[in-house]
Amino acid sequence: MDYILSSLIFIPLLAVLIILCLPKHFTQGIKLVALLATSLQLILSVWLYSAFDASATVQGYQFVQQLNWISLNLQSLGLLQIQYFVGVDGISLSMVLLTGLISVIGIISSWTISKNIKGYFALYLLLVGSVMGCFLALDFFLFYLFFEFMLLPMYFLIGIWGGPRREYAAIKFFIYTLIGSLLILIVMIGLYTSAFDPAATAVRANLAPAGQVVSAEVVAEVQRQVAAGTLTGASIVHTFSIPDMQQAANFIPGSILNILSEKQLWDIPVRYLAFLLLFIGFAIKLPVVPVHTWLPDAHVEAPTPISVLLASLLLKVGGYGLFRIVYPVFPEAAAYYAYFVGLVGVLSIIYGAMCALAMADLKKLIAYSSVSHMGFVLLGLASLTSEGTNGAMYQMFSHGLISAMLFIITGVIYDRSGSRMIDNFRGLAFSMPAFTALVVVAFFASLGLPGFSGFIAELLVLLGAFSSSAVSGMLPRWLAIVATGGLLLGAAYYLWALQRMFFGKHWVHPELKGEPVMTDLTKREYLMLVPLAILVLIFGLFPSLLLNKISPDINYFLQSVLQNR
Amino acid sequence: MQTDLLPATNSDMALFCLLIPLLPLLGFLINGLGNRVLPKSLISLIGCGSVLAAFIISLILFFQFDGRPYVVDLFDWINVGSLRIPFSFMIDQLSLIMLLLVTGVGFVIHVYSAGYMSHDAGFGKFFAFLNLFIFSMLLLVLGSNYVMMFIGWEGVGLCSYLLIGFWNKVTPYNNAAKKAFIVNRIGDLGFLLGIFLLFITFGSVTFADIFQQAGQLHDVNQPVIVAITMLLFVGAMGKSAQLPLYTWLPDAMAGPTPVSALIHAATMVTAGIYMVIRSNVLYTLAPATLDFIAIIGLATAVFAATIGLFQNDIKKVLAYSTVSQLGYMFLALGVMAYTSSMFHVLTHAFFKALLFLGAGSVIHAMSGEQDIRSMGGLRKYLPVTFITFLIGTLAISGIPPFAGFFSKDELLAQVYEHSKIMWAFGLLTSFMTAFYMFRLLFLTFFGTFRGTDKQRHHLHESPASMTIPLIILAILSTVGGFMGLPAVFSENHILSNFLSPIFGYARQAVPSAFEAAHLDHATEYMLMAISVAVAVVAIILAYVIYVSKKSVPADERTELSPLHKLVYNKYYIDEIYNALIVRPLMWLSTGLYRFVEKGLVDPIVNGFGKGVILGGRNLRFLQTGAIGFYLFAMVLSIALILFLNFIIR
Repeated sequence: MDYILSSLIFIPLLAVLIILCLPKHFTQGIKLVALLATSLQLILSVWLYSAFDASATVQGYQFVQQLNWISLNLQSLGLLQIQYFVGVDGISLSMVLLTGLISVIGIISSWTISKNIKGYFALYLLLVGSVMGCFLALDFFLFYLFFEFMLLPMYFLIGIWGGPRREYAAIKFFIYTLIGSLLILIVMIGLYTSAFDPAATAVRANLAPAGQVVSAEVVAEVQRQVAAGTLTGASIVHTFSIPDMQQAANFIPGSILNILSEKQLWDIPVRYLAFLLLFIGFAIKLPVVPVHTWLPDAHVEAPTPISVLLASLLLKVGGYGLFRIVYPVFPEAAAYYAYFVGLVGVLSIIYGAMCALAMADLKKLIAYSSVSHMGFVLLGLASLTSEGTNGAMYQMFSHGLISAMLFIITGVIYDRSGSRMIDNFRGLAFSMPAFTALVVVAFFASLGLPGFSGFIAELLVLLGAFSSSAVSGMLPRWLAIVATGGLLLGAAYYLWALQRMFFGKHWVHPELKGEPVMTDLTKREYLMLVPLAILVLIFGLFPSLLLNKISPDINYFLQSVLQNR
Repeated sequence: MQTDLLPATNSDMALFCLLIPLLPLLGFLINGLGNRVLPKSLISLIGCGSVLAAFIISLILFFQFDGRPYVVDLFDWINVGSLRIPFSFMIDQLSLIMLLLVTGVGFVIHVYSAGYMSHDAGFGKFFAFLNLFIFSMLLLVLGSNYVMMFIGWEGVGLCSYLLIGFWNKVTPYNNAAKKAFIVNRIGDLGFLLGIFLLFITFGSVTFADIFQQAGQLHDVNQPVIVAITMLLFVGAMGKSAQLPLYTWLPDAMAGPTPVSALIHAATMVTAGIYMVIRSNVLYTLAPATLDFIAIIGLATAVFAATIGLFQNDIKKVLAYSTVSQLGYMFLALGVMAYTSSMFHVLTHAFFKALLFLGAGSVIHAMSGEQDIRSMGGLRKYLPVTFITFLIGTLAISGIPPFAGFFSKDELLAQVYEHSKIMWAFGLLTSFMTAFYMFRLLFLTFFGTFRGTDKQRHHLHESPASMTIPLIILAILSTVGGFMGLPAVFSENHILSNFLSPIFGYARQAVPSAFEAAHLDHATEYMLMAISVAVAVVAIILAYVIYVSKKSVPADERTELSPLHKLVYNKYYIDEIYNALIVRPLMWLSTGLYRFVEKGLVDPIVNGFGKGVILGGRNLRFLQTGAIGFYLFAMVLSIALILFLNFIIR
């Protein structure tokens, strides 16, 4: 299974090609191809999860595939080298699993799409393939490519298949994320000019034979020679490789992002600025208050399955970027800005929850609750403690499952009535008892009740943030104390919505079109909600299923950040 | 807990330990998934049977117990960084008693529910929730660390929410359920922060590790220990309905009556007391917190009792009396009378469950009527209910030889040693308790029937499935006190002897706090006589007013004196909370959304868009076609780039 990671990325892309070749009216065939492709992806990601060896130590990228993709000789500026470089470690593993799971659920949810089916499923699969690519890429350029590639299908999926204000929402989403991408691009170029690939440089400088694995001594020797200035110019191979960028020794002396060159811009070290640019770039995606306003609009206008993908997967790319790139490449800036990051995290938690409390639209309420819950990712990460960072990762996974449930729930109501306004419904428990039971599960899971996965994540994050001042000295205690307020507000807005929509005497606003009949769940809807509910419970009751796989690498990540700060 | 914790000695014990919570969990799953398919008889069999089996297994564990606590490790639950949380159960004297209480009283109430809920459409759902509650409560008392206790702690909160709002078509019931969950969550967050602080201080969340380390400390009132105990107590304030977080409990009476008996009287609300006794080492090391607890407990006891004096809803009276009695228990904890507090937990569980179930029997007979002004003379129609209710009332009023007398007397005697003023207020509460309980009894069962004719024709004694639980609880309320005879009667206080090992570490840490300063027998007799006399006076007073003079509380419409009105409206606490917390929060959230989100952030974002369009429209005019201007612009740009290059360097 050497090509498993590439298969994960290219199966959906291959399916796009197949779908494009199918006739437009062969709708069942198109749907089946999409279902097949995502199911295959799910099977592979589950296999990957079970085959992943958590005992492997030291920056354990596994199933690595590394190929030279673009090589340009820039003469005195060295060699430009872009690699097709994919691999998986504890940080990406859970995201890959999540992508596999949610992609299938999203296809099931898309089954009722009726407008331009061919285009829809082609874009859907393109999106899924790009997301998977993002989570597996270890070359910054490759990552950026996939990152940008997500934008295009998402724009059309919202802009064509969305609600009444879809064009506003789509363009808002597009511009917001494009600005984020631009910030990332700037830093990526800066990193590229500053970092080199010691192994490839060794080969180029004839310090090691080509076509063999370059030994650690030679790598160290190359790093020493570059630092001493004896290896310069044409013989240096520039790189986009993220693992290479994570080592301070792989930065060319005097280059703009070398930690020793201490370059400054407006009295701020350039590396700190680069950290901030990257952080904002990914924070927009996460999203973080105050750069979050694209999210509620995008969610409200997007069709249900796209909302599911958006909340479960696309937001996670933001958090993943912080884990994979921002923190390990700029550890000293991460430590320097920990307070700031923690603060915006807490701001997101409280502000998102407060806005959710004021919402009259169920889908918007859930969108704001996403903002609130993603704040925990930032808080955990900023704490730079083992509990906090593991909790942040766990939160990304858990929120992926829970938010998928929540958006499917709004879809169930919307499909029947064409409305999502909380005040249009009362006493739905009477006509939809099984649905209500699953809603209760999803709401309580989201408000962090013990027994569900969200609790584990939030417990770890809050514990990490609370102990941070004693362990890593990053965050003051009051941040964690204020953040617990998010749990309280979460209970308030969920229980209030639950009561208004599902309890009381059964009533549906008579002016809703077609006098909707609120029937209980169909088999297709069970097929989406029940597996998610079971997973949320399993990962709440047996967190070590996931934690044991991911925490060695996350702890390694943490150590390297703390050592290099 | 002087001896180190052993792993379970044989696998039977481990299996039994696992089965105790597992059986109710299975009951929940079966009844929950099959609630619309299974017949009622099977549902009640599964529901009651699983709890009975858990009770029998608890009894086996109790009789096998050799005095040495042990833990049953199930699996590693969370293992991250330095945080190790095992999923394991601990069996010691305290958890055994709580096990027997939860499963025993739980079983009796399950049986009662089978009769009480027999006409309800949600029969299966009800039993599923009850079993889930028993499961969560067992997790709470069996957990060997604070995080597991917290899981149970929030789990019982969930069940409480689901069961208060069980009849979810009625909006006020749903409000009550929501309020219960949210107010409890305030407490839970305090509890959670307490756990964090414990972890930071002791590097563990496991009872055994923490208590062993705490046993080595000898300085009392260290700030961190005071902070921990205070935070944990905030959790107890929520769960056990103490000032200022008590407001959810009276509203919680919206749930079906067996729920009030099980969750809101006998078991869940005593979780806070269990937690303090479990953490007795920490609390013993923090006398400052203990003083605070005593004051809160006493204030709650007095405050709730005054409200109880004027309530006309049979369940509301019992609810305020529960709040008041819980206040007693915290008062006892505050003066370090841990065993007495536990004693009162047990006897209170018996007689308060009895009173609630009796009230349920009355409500059942009255076709849902709960206002005591419409009752009267029911003793002729409901003889079994009357006799058992009378026993419960005598027990709570502290009349010997009923259970409440012994526990309350012991508790008050310990308070007397600590502070005579507190004792006097405790006595005042005792007076009010006896008065309002007998007021309730007289108005309900004596005099003439004041309800409608329709209600009169419907009056009937409840079926055996309801009266047998009443009789069992009445027997327990009568003899339950003998497990803790006062020192003047017997040197052998069974409960105290049994529980004494769990205070080992506390004794080791602060030996002086445990030096027995026994009251001499004369004082003890005197205190006993005073408390009985006070109760008797209260009963006579109630008799004169409500039986001899036949007075009935005034109608809603009559004008009350200001003070009476203030108390009748429960001091307007709910209204105050609404005005001070709930409404400002809603204003703040809508304000944030309207003015910050839609008035500030979004316009800035859209402003960027508009700015670009506007800029493009105007910059268009730079495209003049004049070469000279282009050259000028180019030179300017190059200069700018060089300048920037200079700065960055």
